[in-house]
Amino acid sequence: MEKSLTLREFIITRLIQASGYSAILFVALIFFFLLREGLPTLAEVDASSLLSIRWYPIENYFGILPLITGSLIVTLGAALIAVPFGIGTAIYISEIAPRWMREILKPLVELLGGLPSVVLGFLGILVVSPFLRVFLDLPTGLTAFTGSLLLGGIAVPTVVSVAEDALDAVPRSYREGAWALGATHWQTIWRVTLPAARSGVLTAVMLGVGRAIGETMTVMMVTGNAPVMAVKLGSLFSPVRTMTATIAAEMGEVANGSTHYHVLFFIGMVLFLISFIVNIIASSVVFRAKKRAERILS
Amino acid sequence: MVDKIIIENLSLQYSDGTESLRDVSMGIRQNAVTVLFGPAGGGKSTLLRCLNRLNDLTEVRASSGRILIDGENILDPKTDVIALRRKVGMVFARPVPLPMSIRENIIYGLELAGEKRKSKLDEAVERSLKLSAIWDEVKDRLDDPAIALSGGQQQRVCLARVIALQPEVILLDEPTSGLDPISTGKVEAALLELKKEYTVILVPHSIQQAARTADYAAFFLTGGLIEYGEGKTLFTIPKQKKTEDYIMGRFG
Repeated sequence: MEKSLTLREFIITRLIQASGYSAILFVALIFFFLLREGLPTLAEVDASSLLSIRWYPIENYFGILPLITGSLIVTLGAALIAVPFGIGTAIYISEIAPRWMREILKPLVELLGGLPSVVLGFLGILVVSPFLRVFLDLPTGLTAFTGSLLLGGIAVPTVVSVAEDALDAVPRSYREGAWALGATHWQTIWRVTLPAARSGVLTAVMLGVGRAIGETMTVMMVTGNAPVMAVKLGSLFSPVRTMTATIAAEMGEVANGSTHYHVLFFIGMVLFLISFIVNIIASSVVFRAKKRAERILS
Repeated sequence: MVDKIIIENLSLQYSDGTESLRDVSMGIRQNAVTVLFGPAGGGKSTLLRCLNRLNDLTEVRASSGRILIDGENILDPKTDVIALRRKVGMVFARPVPLPMSIRENIIYGLELAGEKRKSKLDEAVERSLKLSAIWDEVKDRLDDPAIALSGGQQQRVCLARVIALQPEVILLDEPTSGLDPISTGKVEAALLELKKEYTVILVPHSIQQAARTADYAAFFLTGGLIEYGEGKTLFTIPKQKKTEDYIMGRFG
């Protein structure tokens, strides 16, 4: 009896341990796979060619800069939309909305977060892009801005739910302290609640941005997929192509083991690196905030 | 002596049905310390929070009655709540220094009220810190974060923050519940000083504190005002059996 119990404990503990380690293993394997398939690029393509501004793989032009700038401009636009809108919504839900409204809005926002991105892509192609074309008088409605709008929409639920949790975690006593000093509702939010929830709100922004960088389906459908350098303000309203869309669109028809194939994986590595950096920034912000909280409480 | 505040037939019920007030009527004297005491759940804090309308932000099911401050019914929906809260300041049980320096904590409320002149702000900092008996301890490090102070010092900074607004009434909700005896003594000494200029209403954290500080004392039990009178009389020869039982420690 005694023995079988110990054995069972042992097996269960090890199983849980194994599933914990497997997460690390999978990330490591993915990274290794990316490196194996992507690194040959550096031998096959000159660095100068790689950093050129022409992406035309059929004729062996592998300049990935247009793709990187495409991703950046779409993501930046998405962040500019998602951050104010998301934080505003979070403030409304957490601080202003009456209880019944909150109970409707919260699940609704989470539902929005679960919306398949391809559905949003449909919306983009059929509604947003024709509207933009007519409204802004553009040659095509499939632009970086269209992608930003929709990506912003995708990132908003992430930003809202994380930021809302952070605001909700601010002790009631902080708010009451400010109210009792004669602060108005808005002064309390702006000068006490929001600063107190700063680290959580920053995490929300980072996660939202991370979500936007990695998004593929929607951007592929609505950004027009033209690999041109997006460095001017006007490029926001012309077609671009992002790194994710490039991989998704071209991986299906590339010869296995060819230079083009390796370059696509190299793009994957760059993408991995970017989202890795975003994650590190996000968690170091959280870590700093934790340290500060510990210092205050001790 | 005049009644600064007159409470008439005040009743209040929270939405979750917990602590409430039942038909409370009392007058609160100017320039005196009035103590509201009794077991937990008696309605003391609720009453305090009615006086600066902090209960507006809680889910209240029903309330009735009037609270007159200087003859004006502050429960009137037309009342300017922000102005009211500047006039009726409040100190909480747990010190809540805002995440800024000591000086910024003190002038925060004044800045919200639109005061920008540096001389006025400096004057307010010194005056209010002196009144809360903490000036000597912090005068050389006003730009240190308030969080770095000890609990007792934080609480006195919070008191100073309220005083800086030059309120007329100061509400204190168990201000010394988390403090050591020495800090408690300092806060109580500050109260004696404060009542010369302000109307002070205190929910004490012990009967001993109630007896030490009360000019007037009101005993609350399950939302009702049981007995109210001069502190000296009430704590030595209470009229009600329940008051006597509570003071003697037979329940609570």
